[in-house]
Formats: sequence, structure tokens, C-alpha cells
Amino acid sequence: MELTIFKERENSTKKIIFSGSTVADLLQQLKINRETVIIIRQQEVLIESEPLDNGDHIKILSMISGG
Amino acid sequence: MECRKCPQKAVITLQHGTLCKQHFLHYFEEKVFKTFGKYQLLQPQDVICVAASGGKDSLTVLYLTKKYLREHHLSCSLFALAIDEGIHNYRSKTLQNLEHFCQQHDINLHIVKTTDEFSATLDQAYPKVNKDTKKKPCNICGVWRRYLLNKHARRLGATKLITGHNLDDEAQAILMNIFKANTDLAAHLGPVTGVEEHKLFVQRVKPLYFCREKETRLYALLQNFPVEFAECPYSRAGLRSHIQEMLNEFEQHYPGTKQGIINYFLDILPLLKERAKKQVQEPLLACSRCQEPAHQEICNACKIQEALHA
Repeated sequence: MELTIFKERENSTKKIIFSGSTVADLLQQLKINRETVIIIRQQEVLIESEPLDNGDHIKILSMISGG
Repeated sequence: MECRKCPQKAVITLQHGTLCKQHFLHYFEEKVFKTFGKYQLLQPQDVICVAASGGKDSLTVLYLTKKYLREHHLSCSLFALAIDEGIHNYRSKTLQNLEHFCQQHDINLHIVKTTDEFSATLDQAYPKVNKDTKKKPCNICGVWRRYLLNKHARRLGATKLITGHNLDDEAQAILMNIFKANTDLAAHLGPVTGVEEHKLFVQRVKPLYFCREKETRLYALLQNFPVEFAECPYSRAGLRSHIQEMLNEFEQHYPGTKQGIINYFLDILPLLKERAKKQVQEPLLACSRCQEPAHQEICNACKIQEALHA
């Protein structure tokens, strides 16, 4: 399936071919540690077991360190 | 997947199960309020200064301190204090968010600029100071911020200085002190910082002590706090960022690692504080140049000034 991914840290959007089925699979494919991000689809926060659908637009929010 | 407490959709997976938005917000606030209570972070007559930067941690701790005071009928006064180190393309963004937030929540905000106090921004000071002292930007910034927060919190009459340090920050600091064998510095950590009270020091406390960074970001997001992505350009430069990556890696493979470090540390903290108290042979001095507290004749902020104007 195809997903559109927005990465907050890089402020960039790109389409990817996704071979898995859940948020956990997506993080594994993108080599992102789940501890460092929050995943959003249409204003909704998704947990790792949430299934993804073809055409989904996904936002990856990053932790922001520093005071 | 559903929340473990109700049929609503889950927004986070914790070690003890999943939670929906409503139950997560409640869980998070309970955790912060329990920290206030268990460690007696506030007394009824306190004047509270919240160290604020406009990031997720400081907005969350500002909001929840105000809520705690309201719900516990405490009449403490509260204000926010921000330090503007003049980091290009970073600090002005977070201060804008902070000003907007404080206006919205009726909180007095004081901003202290390092240009007024030290005649330089961090961007200007770092190359000069680093040349002589090899200090990293985070070392300079850390000294400046601690110095200015304490000095101006005291000037403004504060009896408590609340910071937004979270569980990740603390776990990183504990490991950094282990790696550098800084046993005495480790004794200054904990939800209530410091080893001994002193009239020149405003007591620092950390209500977000048991909140993971990810939980705090989620709380700020679900509360619609104005937190935009703005990362300090120097944040990747130090030892802390390596330890942060390592800890996140461990947390992913062994959930509960960060909490385990904190629990272990809290067990030994009373021993560390006792040891540090015994080792304090001389009373804390006042810096011979600025009269602020110092462990040597000249405080660290004045030593940086010396290197800056050499």
C-alpha cells in the first residue's frame, strides 16, 4: 500500500510504499524508535497496534528536547 | 485498540496497558499531583517561580502547577521566568509561544536576556569561550541559566523555583554523573534538588519528575498547548544527546528501563545526600565579583565572563 508521511523533525512530506500493516510495522520500516515519536492520522493519535490503510496520511511528531 | 478502562480508542500504550485520551490526561495529572504531595514540593505561603522556555515541559508544568494550586485551595502566588540566551532561529519562537500561553492563562511572565546580564548571546559567547576553555555550548548555557534563574527568582521574591525536568532528563543526568564519576553532583538531583538550604539559593523542585518525555509531549498535544517543533541547534552537541539515544534504545527493547533507573536512584539518594553533607567542609561562599553563591572565590558565570572578554 501507499502512505503519505509527514516528518515533523525534517519538515518534509513524501509518499512511501508500505509493506506492513500496523503503526509498529511502519516504525520498523522507517527505522524509527517508538519512544521518540507520536503518530497522528487525521488529528487522531495512533498506538503501535493500530492498522494502517492504503492512502493514509500519517504525521510523525518528534520529541523536542532542551529548555 | 480500546482503552483498558473504557471502550474509547487508546492514545498510548503504557507498561500496565493502554489508555484513551480522557484516562491518559487523568493518569498524567494524578501522577504530577502525587509528586507535589509526596515530596511536599510546595508550602501554603510559597511564592512560586516557574522556569519557563515555551517548550512542552514548561507549558505543561506551568498549567499543572496552576491547576494544582486551584484544586488544593493553595493561595501561593505564581509567575513565570524565562531566560533569553539569544539562540538564533530558536529562542524567539519558543518565547512567542510562552508569551501567548501566559496571556491566555493570566500568568505574569518575566524575561531576562543574557545580552543585558553578560553582554552577549550564546551564539556570540560560544566560539570565544570555547577557544580558551573548550566548554561546549550546553555547558555555557547551563551555567548561565542556573545562575540567572536563581538570581532573578530570588530578586522577584520567589521561595520555590519549579522546573520542567522530566523522567528522561533525570535518567540522563543520573547516567551522565555515573559516567563522569560525579558522585557529589548526583546528590543534587532528585524531585527536590540540592543538599542543604541556603539563603542565596531558591529551592528547586521538579513536579514532572515521574513523567516520561513522550507522555509530556502527548499531554501538551492533547491539551492543544502551542508547542511547535523548535529544536535547539546545539542540542546534538553534548554527551547528553548520546545518552538520550542510548536510553531510548534500551527503553524500546526493555520497557521500564528509565523508570528503573529513577527508582534505583531514589533508593540511594538519601545516602548520597548524607555523604555530600559530610563532605561540605566550608560554607558556601559569595562570589567575590558578583556576590552570587559560589563554591570557589569566583563563580562559574564570572569565569565564563572572564573567558568571554579575555
